[in-house]
Amino acid sequence: MIQYFSMMLVAVGLYGLLSQKNLVKLIISLNIAEIGVNLFIVSIGYVEGGAAPILSSVSDNSSLLFVDPLPQALVLTSIVIGVGVTALALSLIVSVSKSRNTIDITELSSGGGDSE
Amino acid sequence: MKRIISALIALLFFFMIVTALNSDSSDSMGIPRYGEVKLSERVSAKYIEKSVNGNEDEINFGVTVDAETGSANMVTSIVVNYRSFDTLGEVTVLFISATGVGLLLGGGRKRIGSVISVSPVVKTASRVIAPLLMVLGIYVFAHGHLTPGGGFPGGAIIAAGFLLLVVVDDEKRASKGLKILEGTMGLLYVFIGIAGLLISGSFLSNFLPTGVVGELFSAGIIPVVYSIIGLKVGAELSGIVDDFISEGGDEV
Repeated sequence: MIQYFSMMLVAVGLYGLLSQKNLVKLIISLNIAEIGVNLFIVSIGYVEGGAAPILSSVSDNSSLLFVDPLPQALVLTSIVIGVGVTALALSLIVSVSKSRNTIDITELSSGGGDSE
Repeated sequence: MKRIISALIALLFFFMIVTALNSDSSDSMGIPRYGEVKLSERVSAKYIEKSVNGNEDEINFGVTVDAETGSANMVTSIVVNYRSFDTLGEVTVLFISATGVGLLLGGGRKRIGSVISVSPVVKTASRVIAPLLMVLGIYVFAHGHLTPGGGFPGGAIIAAGFLLLVVVDDEKRASKGLKILEGTMGLLYVFIGIAGLLISGSFLSNFLPTGVVGELFSAGIIPVVYSIIGLKVGAELSGIVDDFISEGGDEV
């Protein structure tokens, strides 16, 4: 179920990337798709009845059933890189809107907006 | 028209994926069914048992001494021990991205004023809350090998504290020391890697004794590396916030 839901999020993000014209909305679509992919990768490592992969006073033995920690570690990397991409893209949008006074991609490609 | 075509493409993608998920995955090809994963077939089983180097003993919380990574949190043991080289690359990506943001937006010394008026009650309260948030961030990254969390969430919490200060205070700017802290921490991470190379023969290997699993002072270099990452990420994200609130122009 969660796998279908995460893929639905990716499809929503894909729809946004294809149909939107506002640059900020494109970034939002990219982030939605990214969340879907991250959820999907974590769900691949789920083991029925498994505990969170942390040894504690509750689950104190390595022979107990745990979920797969490797996808979680990879998703941690993916989230951080997503933050970097989003920050850089937003700063590009800020500088584009400063120089062209528009963030609509059709106006940008047709040379519209007030170029200084 | 454009929207309909986009929706069709997105739906097509969704049905392709659903078909792939429902297809037979009894052999090693394809995506395993949700929840029916056999960990013993995956490399993760070795990470859980801390037996990558062939140690077959069970790991017991609070009992086992000198286990392979010594980290109670298995995700942490992967992120900053088994696959620490990946994390070094990840930190580099974040550093380059923060530098790019600074290059595109920074250079302005004057900051953008708040558009909303903040009441004195909120101002005073956030001066109390922001240091507490930063302490929470330090707690999260210092306990990264025991509890959920670690350097990246801890750094993000620290940056959230800075963001709170920036939102309520019109004059608040990041100090120049943040950039120095950020660079120094990145350099320290590489130095720890080189120390591992010199002492035990592989880059970023865990050369300190790992202690008892589950104690605060355990897991060798993992808490050290995670504290470095936490400070670095906190400084970097605060720097990004600072770049976004600065405008062009040279007025002080």
